[in-house]
Amino acid sequence: MVIDIHDLAFRWHEGAPSVLTIEAMQVTAGEYLFIKGASGSGKSTLLSLLAGVTTAGTGSVRVMGQALERLGSVQRDHFRADHIGYIFQMFNLIPYLSVVDNVMLPCRFSARRRDKALARGKDLETEARRLLRHLDMDHPELHGRSVTTLSVGQQQRVAAARALMGSPELLIADEPTSSLDADRRESFIRLLFSECREVGATLIFVSHDASLEHLFDRTIDLAAVNRSGQDMAAV
Amino acid sequence: MATFSLAWKSLLNRRFTAMLTVVSIALSVTLLVGVERLRTEARTSFANTLSGTDLIVGARSGPVQLLLYTVFRIGDATNNISWKSYQEIAAHPKVAWSVPISLGDSHRGFRVLGTTTAYFDRYRYARDRQLVIAQGQRFADLYDAVIGAEVAEKLGYKIGDPIVVAHGASDVSFARHDDKPFRVVGILTRTGTPVDRTVHVSLEAIEAIHVDWQSGAPIPGVSISAEQTRAMDLTPKVITAALFGLKSKVATFQVQRFINEYPQEALSAILPGVALSQLWDLIGIAENALLIVSAFVVVVGLFGMLTTLLTSLNERRREMAILRSVGARPGHVFALIMGEAGFLTLFGVLLGLALLYLLLLAGQPIIESRFGIFITIDGLSPYEWILLVAVVGAGFLVGGIPSYRAYKLSLADGLSVRV
Repeated sequence: MVIDIHDLAFRWHEGAPSVLTIEAMQVTAGEYLFIKGASGSGKSTLLSLLAGVTTAGTGSVRVMGQALERLGSVQRDHFRADHIGYIFQMFNLIPYLSVVDNVMLPCRFSARRRDKALARGKDLETEARRLLRHLDMDHPELHGRSVTTLSVGQQQRVAAARALMGSPELLIADEPTSSLDADRRESFIRLLFSECREVGATLIFVSHDASLEHLFDRTIDLAAVNRSGQDMAAV
Repeated sequence: MATFSLAWKSLLNRRFTAMLTVVSIALSVTLLVGVERLRTEARTSFANTLSGTDLIVGARSGPVQLLLYTVFRIGDATNNISWKSYQEIAAHPKVAWSVPISLGDSHRGFRVLGTTTAYFDRYRYARDRQLVIAQGQRFADLYDAVIGAEVAEKLGYKIGDPIVVAHGASDVSFARHDDKPFRVVGILTRTGTPVDRTVHVSLEAIEAIHVDWQSGAPIPGVSISAEQTRAMDLTPKVITAALFGLKSKVATFQVQRFINEYPQEALSAILPGVALSQLWDLIGIAENALLIVSAFVVVVGLFGMLTTLLTSLNERRREMAILRSVGARPGHVFALIMGEAGFLTLFGVLLGLALLYLLLLAGQPIIESRFGIFITIDGLSPYEWILLVAVVGAGFLVGGIPSYRAYKLSLADGLSVRV
């Protein structure tokens, strides 16, 4: 079980109404899960909890068997660095780093992912370039370029390469395709799938766009799962 | 470390604003260390207004007063020394050389100093530098005068110009020695010492212009012409003070005691270096004020950095969230901004020092000729090191403010990107 949530209730502070209440939710290893959630459905809160930025007030969020609420904030940061790849909606890249440097970024913060990346390629840069090639960012000229000159689609593929660098077990993508054209969304997702399959990662893909739903193994409608109700949600 | 290479790349990405910040810190550092350098050089230069002389001897008085009228030509002697006493002291076995000085007259606001040509050989200033005659020669004839650089410049004198000496310090007096005019035969190079403002004549000349004078006024009915005077015995009866060089520094206190206890006359012997630093302590308050002002300029420079870093934080919140998503802890974010502040300060200090040495190299000859302060260009003094360490420390302290704010922001924002 990669993710195991039970009896979760999250409030911003003591006494405030719960913004996210999930009785139970499980994700098995290697699964491609689509979480359907409009903004305000508690989506951001759920992702923060999964990434270990915030912790559950009551109940438990287990990722890879580790109850995150039992870890201190530094340990959770380490945990995220070691096990989770994260893709934002847009503007995923550090503007002052090159494409390759951006992809290698997780290895600066996680020795585990660094070792795993080195196990696959002779050095970090080779591995970064390999991932970029797999994600159709083949042109070597692109690799040294300033990331601000890339198109949105190219930026998202670099972000995906970075999230996959060092083979984390869990990939979280927060509406990564919302800034892409309709026909490029599907190809981007297929690329993600093939890469996740290769490293055996579990993919959690959050989007409000139901048209992508059919591509995934399974769908969770957050609005239905979250018993706090949409109108209560803060974010 | 990983975070510092990130900080470095981040600064490179914003190299224009980063450069401006570095330059403003650099300029303030140049000012701070430059002021400190000038301050110590001015102090050394002042302490060496008169060097090479072991003892100054005059009528009994306080050391600062004696120093003021013998070296700085400020104020007047309370009393004179008899020529006999001077010669006896000069004959002391430990005395290597002596230069008699006779003061009391002036020329258009500049003091006239009667001495021997030994003065030009023995007078030393600023780390053992000798007086140099820029034009002309030393006085040889009775009515020859050698003038300091400032006298020549202010009054526009050339070699061969006539000079009339006035009795007393102020030239408004009706008492002028206009019957015995002098001729400029030499002009000294600028020294940055009171020598620049002095008219030098021979001891005999001082005697000569006073042969027909008594109690500060011409003797009524007596007039001895300049030419008649030449035939007279012009050995001085009294002098104002004298400079002494000793055969060995070890004997300084022995000779000083000998002079201070001289039975025939009440005399004072002072060590010029000691008296000069006593005097500097009195007038050196301004230098501290200057240093404090330049320290504040550094604070202003660092505040410029604070502003730049703080204003950049809001647009960098996305960057912080990205870093957090790849596993950076809020501590890393703190270190990132701190690293930037550190680089800015460090490069500011380095550039500032480079600028300072460049200015020193370029300015050294100018400062020397204009102010007579000779600036030695060597490494940083321990005190300058302390100043620089303080600047870097203050840079980190100031950098702590945006770093802490970035830390708090990244803690609050987490992975959510708020722009």
